[in-house]
Amino acid sequence: MKHILKLHVNGEDFEIFTEMNKTLLEVLREDLGFTGTKRGCDLGACGACTVLIDGKPYLSCLTLAIAVQGKKIVTIEGLAREGKLHPLQKAFIEKGAIQCGFCTPGMILTAKAFLDEHPYPSEEETKRAISGNICRCTGYVKIVEAILSVNENQ
Amino acid sequence: MDKLNVVGKREVMLDAWEKATGQARFTDDLSFPGMLFGKILRSPYAHAKILQVDLTQALNVPGVKDAITGRDIPKKMYGIVPMAKDEYALAIEKVRYIGDEVAAVVATSVEAAEEAILKIRVDYEELPAVFDPFEAMRPGAPILHSNVPNNVSASIRKEFGNVARAFSESDVVYEDTFETQPVNHSPLEPQAALAIVDLSGKVTLWSSTQIPFFLRRNLATTLDIPESKVRVIKPKVGGGFGQKIDLYAKDFCAAFFAMRTGKPVKFVYEREEVFTSTRQRHPMHIQLKTGMKKDGTLLAQQFKVVADGGAYNSTAPLMITLACYFIMLPYRLENLLFEGYHVYTNKPVGGAMRGHGIPQVRFAVETQLDMIAEKMGIDPLELRLKNAFLAGEPHPGKLLVQSCGFSDTLVKAAEGIEWKEKRGKLPFGRGVGLAGASFPSGVSNMSHISSGAIVKIERDGAVTLLTGAADIGQGAETVISQIVAEELGVTLEDIRITAADTEITPLDPGTFGSGVTLRAGNAAKMAALAAKEKLFEAVAEKMEVHSKDLEAKNRRIYMKDQPEKGMSLIEAIKIYQYSDRPMPIIGRGSYLPPAKEPTTLLKEDGNFSPAYSFMTQAAEVEVDTQTGKIKVLKMVASHDCGRAINPMLVEGQLEGSVVGGMGQALYEDVITDKGEVVNPSFLDYGIPTAMEVPSIVSIEVETNDPEGPFGAKESGEGTQLAPAPAIVNAIYDAIGVRFKTLPVTPEKVLEALWKK
Repeated sequence: MKHILKLHVNGEDFEIFTEMNKTLLEVLREDLGFTGTKRGCDLGACGACTVLIDGKPYLSCLTLAIAVQGKKIVTIEGLAREGKLHPLQKAFIEKGAIQCGFCTPGMILTAKAFLDEHPYPSEEETKRAISGNICRCTGYVKIVEAILSVNENQ
Repeated sequence: MDKLNVVGKREVMLDAWEKATGQARFTDDLSFPGMLFGKILRSPYAHAKILQVDLTQALNVPGVKDAITGRDIPKKMYGIVPMAKDEYALAIEKVRYIGDEVAAVVATSVEAAEEAILKIRVDYEELPAVFDPFEAMRPGAPILHSNVPNNVSASIRKEFGNVARAFSESDVVYEDTFETQPVNHSPLEPQAALAIVDLSGKVTLWSSTQIPFFLRRNLATTLDIPESKVRVIKPKVGGGFGQKIDLYAKDFCAAFFAMRTGKPVKFVYEREEVFTSTRQRHPMHIQLKTGMKKDGTLLAQQFKVVADGGAYNSTAPLMITLACYFIMLPYRLENLLFEGYHVYTNKPVGGAMRGHGIPQVRFAVETQLDMIAEKMGIDPLELRLKNAFLAGEPHPGKLLVQSCGFSDTLVKAAEGIEWKEKRGKLPFGRGVGLAGASFPSGVSNMSHISSGAIVKIERDGAVTLLTGAADIGQGAETVISQIVAEELGVTLEDIRITAADTEITPLDPGTFGSGVTLRAGNAAKMAALAAKEKLFEAVAEKMEVHSKDLEAKNRRIYMKDQPEKGMSLIEAIKIYQYSDRPMPIIGRGSYLPPAKEPTTLLKEDGNFSPAYSFMTQAAEVEVDTQTGKIKVLKMVASHDCGRAINPMLVEGQLEGSVVGGMGQALYEDVITDKGEVVNPSFLDYGIPTAMEVPSIVSIEVETNDPEGPFGAKESGEGTQLAPAPAIVNAIYDAIGVRFKTLPVTPEKVLEALWKK
């Protein structure tokens, strides 16, 4: 059964005529075309589908779209501002923290929420913060380096 | 060595920004209007005859557009190794493992396709199944494929030197048995395919593939249409590690349904399907006997290896052959008797995975070397150094090793882990260990695996590079672009690359066997040189000098010995244009390794690869004797990669590979119960997370290989050969317990400590 769904994504309001049982991941990818949000397992076990809801990281594959109406949703496409990359995006690129890139959007958004709350984290805290995001390519070394580097020089 | 401007630099991966911003498009990110979504019905039985499949009710589900069974497809067998073809895209007569493909549907939505799958009625006649390779080899065991009556679908028995004599001349002989587990590659991107068909009947397939040109061939074969009617395009691929080498039902079905319906069709595997129905690292049972002189000289080894292949061959003959030949590297070993069997069982299918048959035997050898070292009172590092292979030495299997930094990797890894200070000297519960290995840099056989490249110098000085190489996240496009930029004397920003589209880019075998940098890199370097020579000819004419005296660097072309005499690249291009030479300026390159006696090794000895890399992994671990949990504190990966074209990407390869190897050592295991995978999810499987990752030190040992582009060889795949034995050797140093089966779980540790 289709209904109108109202979502606020990346600073814009969307009205979507779609099924009410859809997950946020499905609506973002299929109805809105925000394919930067990745489907890695559909079970909440890999973190690739992580988006920010009111600044907190959520697994969009386990979140019903209807439940997050009226909230501020940010996907990887909404992180760069006015053509300027977010410092985390810059750090991931420059430190070689991206290989295949499939975990990257979820990883960066998880890291963003984490750094917003813990601007000067330890390595151990950082590892714990991203432990719900699986990466099979990098061994996490450069990802942790990238996250730690963001506020290092400030 | 010449001063290099682009090669050897820590350049950022060209497409990193796309991946960091969500712009990068993977197969599942693509869509077309009117696209249909497919699902596959998989066998619930480990072994059964398919008596009848009734699609009627499935076709009646609203939104369903088409459905097929194995009986609807061309009877064309598929196999990634041509001599070992043994499967159809969908099973026809019978199913051979739980997860085998039985039927497929397409619908206007995924939900409709899922519903339809549930409504397909299949009558099976269950057959006796076999889950253990040793049982499968016994007379009277259930037979999976009627043409393989003993279930041994690939085997090798090779003797090098005189093994019996060497054992009799040995002062000590040791014999041990080792076992390794099935490991799933677990690329983060599940397998996907999307096909469209145009009015001429040409199929275009976007696929999460490592090998677009092989996929084109295999797709044409299974669809029973000419190769020219198939175009394969590789979009971004979310990791592969060998799992995306094979054609899968999703590729075939997307194309076949697109042909039948005229609509775009997409198939995306669920994570569970990736675990149950793609490929995994072969579990192996390894009996190893080693003979040695008192002074530690390695004299002879004898292997009996039984690889559990699961229900189909995939790369079976090659896998078991590689396991054999790479015993004789990185140590000097003149006498080897290797018996290896690839055995069918009613279980998930084995295939190429990072190291391809070698990590398993390396685990056995490197673990046993430590055991022998201890019994003989020799330092394990010294034992390895004593037997380390050197460049130019004769290899019993005729591999031609032109560069070899193995001893250096041993020494540097030992320094990195503080071997002298720590080995045998740490408190109970902590220890260090190391292990070595060697790996090919691509395969140098058969002309169809030559690699091509085209380089165009545009009017504004930009460079267009076409390569067939398949970047699956390792950074191949960046590395190849760096090579071209260096050769042409331009910057990396000047290069625009188009890769891995079978209709646009030249032939390339794809990403397997760690050959991309060497093979596609050489092809691109040749193409760049050819374009540069054309330009030099025009410039030389204008300057009235010899073109061999010219050099290109920093977007300038100038006299080698008088750098001030020259001109900018743009001026050179103008001169070329006004000299009435044919435009555009195009250089072509095609690289086929010039190996003497090239071979697949399947039938005869010879030089398998144009170059060989060498590596040592060292580990420091801490064992919690209360819980049995093992924490890897530090890993040192020292790697002879010839020359690192991009040290940052090499480090990334080493780090990722080490952590994967740690997963095999401690956590990962595809557990089956009567053929059914009981842990087909990331929740239950055990991929290392950031929490488990130790501090990792990557050390690049540069040897400058004569065959590699700018001296480059393999990196990253060979790295996964030795972490497991290094960790297991460190565990022994920590608690005095020797583990011969993987993974070393806390249960095993506690049980062993309790027995001790």
